Amino acid sequence: MTHDLGFWTLQTLNALQLSMLLFLLSIGLTVIFGLMHFVNLAHGALYALGAYFAATIASTAGFWVALLVAPLGVAVVGMALYGGLISRMRKSGPMAQVLVTFGLIFVLLDLSRIFWGDLALAINTPAALSGRVDIMGTGYPAYRLFIIALGVAIFAALALILSRTQIGAMIRAGVDNDAMAACMGINVERLFFIVFCVGCALAGLAGAVAAPLLSVTPGMGLEILIPTLIVIVIGGLGSLKGAIAGSLIYGFVQTFGAVLLPGVASILIYALLAAVLLLKPVGLFPAKG
Amino acid sequence: MLDVTGLNAGYGETQVLYGLSVSAKPGRVLAILGRNGAGKSTTLKTIMGLLPAQAGEIRFDGKAISGAKPYDIARAGIAYVPETRDIFPSLTVRENLELAARRFPCADGGWTMERVLDLFPRLGERMENGGMELSGGEQQMLAIARALLMNPRLLILDEPTEGLAPIIVKLIHDKLQELRNDGLPMIIVEQNFGFATSLADDVVIVSKGQIVWTGSAAEIRADEDAQHRWLGV
Ligand SMILES: Nc1ncnc2c1ncn2[C@@H]1O[C@H](COP(=O)(O)OP(=O)(O)O)[C@@H](O)[C@H]1O
Ligand SMILES: [Mg+2]
Repeated sequence: MTHDLGFWTLQTLNALQLSMLLFLLSIGLTVIFGLMHFVNLAHGALYALGAYFAATIASTAGFWVALLVAPLGVAVVGMALYGGLISRMRKSGPMAQVLVTFGLIFVLLDLSRIFWGDLALAINTPAALSGRVDIMGTGYPAYRLFIIALGVAIFAALALILSRTQIGAMIRAGVDNDAMAACMGINVERLFFIVFCVGCALAGLAGAVAAPLLSVTPGMGLEILIPTLIVIVIGGLGSLKGAIAGSLIYGFVQTFGAVLLPGVASILIYALLAAVLLLKPVGLFPAKG
Repeated sequence: MLDVTGLNAGYGETQVLYGLSVSAKPGRVLAILGRNGAGKSTTLKTIMGLLPAQAGEIRFDGKAISGAKPYDIARAGIAYVPETRDIFPSLTVRENLELAARRFPCADGGWTMERVLDLFPRLGERMENGGMELSGGEQQMLAIARALLMNPRLLILDEPTEGLAPIIVKLIHDKLQELRNDGLPMIIVEQNFGFATSLADDVVIVSKGQIVWTGSAAEIRADEDAQHRWLGV
């Protein structure tokens, strides 16, 4: 099967699709960390929330509305979290932050159980994307191609914003040195807030686009957390380049590992993580050189 | 214009400043001298709101700014050139400058991009370079240019000559002299006694977190005893 072009095409697309999903999640987490030195372990729970919002909205208003509204809903939850918890914990050190946001995972998990129950929810792929597209002789689900395209589009938009706009320069300055950025009259706190909300919205978006692929369960946030953390550790904290590189590495190692080396696939990514930590502890493309 | 009274400050448990009082006056240059570790940088960081004031008061144009955030202090009109220059490495020279220029659009006769590039033509040649591709001297020029683009009413410089070649020290001196002649109030912390006293109108000496000597630049140049005692010159 490995001599078949169709096999390689299919697996490459699968890998890309997984990578893009992880990218949507990790970009928010990594920039929030780079800018605010804040470890938000509840980021995965926001992804699950995005999936639940999408499932609920899609059942009445349809998929496309859900895709737009679910990330906004998650951003609103993010704002509440920021105002109620995170802004107070900005200076309390990584240990307290890890503990509190880890606890938050279970709070959000139980809240989703209360609202949506324990049963998995399903959401249909939108009619327009339910077919298959022929790619080099292989029929590939249009919806998965849509995820890849969405990921690429978001990456391109973020790259453009970060490198070309004033707010992008402010974010880079803040990641480099938030104290000096503040001394230059940048309202770093407001910048944090905006970036945090955008990061939450992207996590919600990831949840919403993932919902038709998986069944929506309370535990999905916890399941995605470890891969996301691996992505940002491999990629290096705080940078867009690190998030995309880490996501691609994870996506390809995971996907091809599972089909080519099924025996060791489950430890392959951890071995890679260990190797990166040994050879380049700051990750491949950290924001701070 | 800047009045610090009875300031206590430090890092967490470690207290560094003990009731430090100092004033910078409009249109004048104040040099803060003192041995390494005396608390000069700590004083500046506390003025900028980077460190909390544990006791005492800081007033800028009569308005209390102790407890204010660095952002508010920058907005109030104080620009800060730190000891480490703190050029943003992920930004080009142009972006470093624009960050200040966009946020503090100048009134008539204020600092514009053209004016700072006139002051430091070297920067004009390095506009697309990354902040970390600059030499130490160029970084210092960029840090000063960036501060000027904030169109400050008070410019604070922490050891602007540290680690620079004599020719660059001379250049920085001449540029600061121009700013002084234009009437820009400045606070300069320096180890380089000649540099500081040639620019300053007023001089204070800090030792162990307190002001131990106050006078004019001419007076400290004449007072060899104080120089020897507090500065080891
Ligand atoms: N980040 C810090 N944490 C703890 N102590 C510090 C820190 N920075 C400086 N100090 C201490 O504060 C004292 C004053 O330092 P500083 O204000 O930097 O002196 P200087 O007059 O040379 O600028 C020194 O004893 C120094 O060791
Ligand atoms: Mg110092």
